[in-house]
Amino acid sequence: MIWVETVMQGVTLGGLYALFAAGLYLVLGVMRLANLAHGAFIVLAAYVILLLASLLEIGPLLAALIAAPALFAAGWLLQRLLLNRLLGEDILPPLLVTLGLSIVIQTGLEKGLSAQSRRISPGPLETATVEVGPAVVSLLPLLSLGSAVLVVLVLQWVALRTATGRALRAISDDPATASMVGISPPRLLAGVTGVSLVVATIAALHAGTLAEFQPASGTAYLIIAFEAVLIGGLGSPWGALAGGIVLGVAQTAGAALDPEWEVLAGHVAFLAVLLVRPRGLFPRASG
Amino acid sequence: MTKPFLETLELDADYGDCRALFGVEVGLAEGETVAVIGANGAGKSTLLRSIAGLVRNAPEMVRLDGRPIGALSAEQVTRLGISTVPQGRRLFPSLSVEENLLIGGRHGRSKGQWSLGTVYGLFPMLRERRKAPATALTIGQQQMAAIGRALMSNPRILLCDEIGLGLPPELIRDIYAILPRIREAGASVVLAEQDIGRALRVADRVYCLTAGRVTLLGRPEHMRRHDIHDAYFGVRA
Repeated sequence: MIWVETVMQGVTLGGLYALFAAGLYLVLGVMRLANLAHGAFIVLAAYVILLLASLLEIGPLLAALIAAPALFAAGWLLQRLLLNRLLGEDILPPLLVTLGLSIVIQTGLEKGLSAQSRRISPGPLETATVEVGPAVVSLLPLLSLGSAVLVVLVLQWVALRTATGRALRAISDDPATASMVGISPPRLLAGVTGVSLVVATIAALHAGTLAEFQPASGTAYLIIAFEAVLIGGLGSPWGALAGGIVLGVAQTAGAALDPEWEVLAGHVAFLAVLLVRPRGLFPRASG
Repeated sequence: MTKPFLETLELDADYGDCRALFGVEVGLAEGETVAVIGANGAGKSTLLRSIAGLVRNAPEMVRLDGRPIGALSAEQVTRLGISTVPQGRRLFPSLSVEENLLIGGRHGRSKGQWSLGTVYGLFPMLRERRKAPATALTIGQQQMAAIGRALMSNPRILLCDEIGLGLPPELIRDIYAILPRIREAGASVVLAEQDIGRALRVADRVYCLTAGRVTLLGRPEHMRRHDIHDAYFGVRA
């Protein structure tokens, strides 16, 4: 039964990775902007939750609920004031600016709050477990998988069932023609980046309660998010979930064989999937 | 010509890094159909894209009801009632046929006769294929969907950029046969067209563009074949 538990652990870990990936997927899918600051945003959100929880003496969930609108506003402003001006034929300016932003966030957190590792206390949930069939699984990772599924369902529903989602798919297909049918990309894209930061806040809540983090953790989050998105492909938010689970299972399976293989196994799985399906498991329809 | 409600004044515009239009002045009156003819690269598309806001210009270079709109963005121009059927159709591949139509109607003027129902009435084929992805349509159906998408905003002015390009002749005839219906619904039409004969048959007035300049204009019945020929090919620019 050890294998069942390993796979279950991998799948739930994949839920966390899917949360890392979902926000990145959103921005990359809609506006072709590879946001290199996404990992730093997750770390920033984790610190905001941590500070709110300790200052106001509230639980992490409530702190995240307070943090989410603030981070939405930050993302909205970032897109309106900065990123919208950088979108265009040349993909380099947004890469450089978001890379710079991630460095600013990381060093800012190091100077302001020290480079020491922190953790958001999950309270009594920490040791809770549930039995899933023959396996016993900790509750916290299971909750992050549940959150990931929920996030993907909401993104999918908005994309396919609402007028806003229709407009976003149109922008993603062809921004010039989208503006020709009266869609105003700058405003909608500000909302997209805002939502991607809300998703980053959800990811931060789970990442910060599951394990320790420090200002430099963003890089690792970003790499996992990128690998999950590329494994999943840009055709559907389910790709982010599938990509996260592939990485999670590969890492826990690798770790079960030899603890040193944990991280390497994830990268190997990433390369293997791309060798077989270069455009990911859920590729975009192309015009 | 009655007083134009859409006009360009000394319009200079660039296509990429090259100047494509030099002091172009065209006008469109309410209810009129105007054809802009010219060879490949004469500046027809750039003219339409300048009016549509896809090429931004000085404000005074394009006027609608006397109001300068040359510097407005494409989405602002669309909301003022100027809608485009772009060259090459440019349907959204991730959207179904019906979604392509709906997106056209979202930011237009709500008053008017065009809706999903009337567009499907005009193109029954589209109703049958409404759930299909736009990319699954034949090229003729795609052209119909592109026209339908533009009509859904109930435009005052419909800009049609080479709507016959790449289509077989019988389909071009079908597409052109619906122009009167579009005019009856209250839209004025600007057609960019390489085919002189077709332009002369449907247009109230014709402008000929040669290398970015208006070289001839007039009513089709007053225009002589060889003058058009000379203007079109730039024999006497």
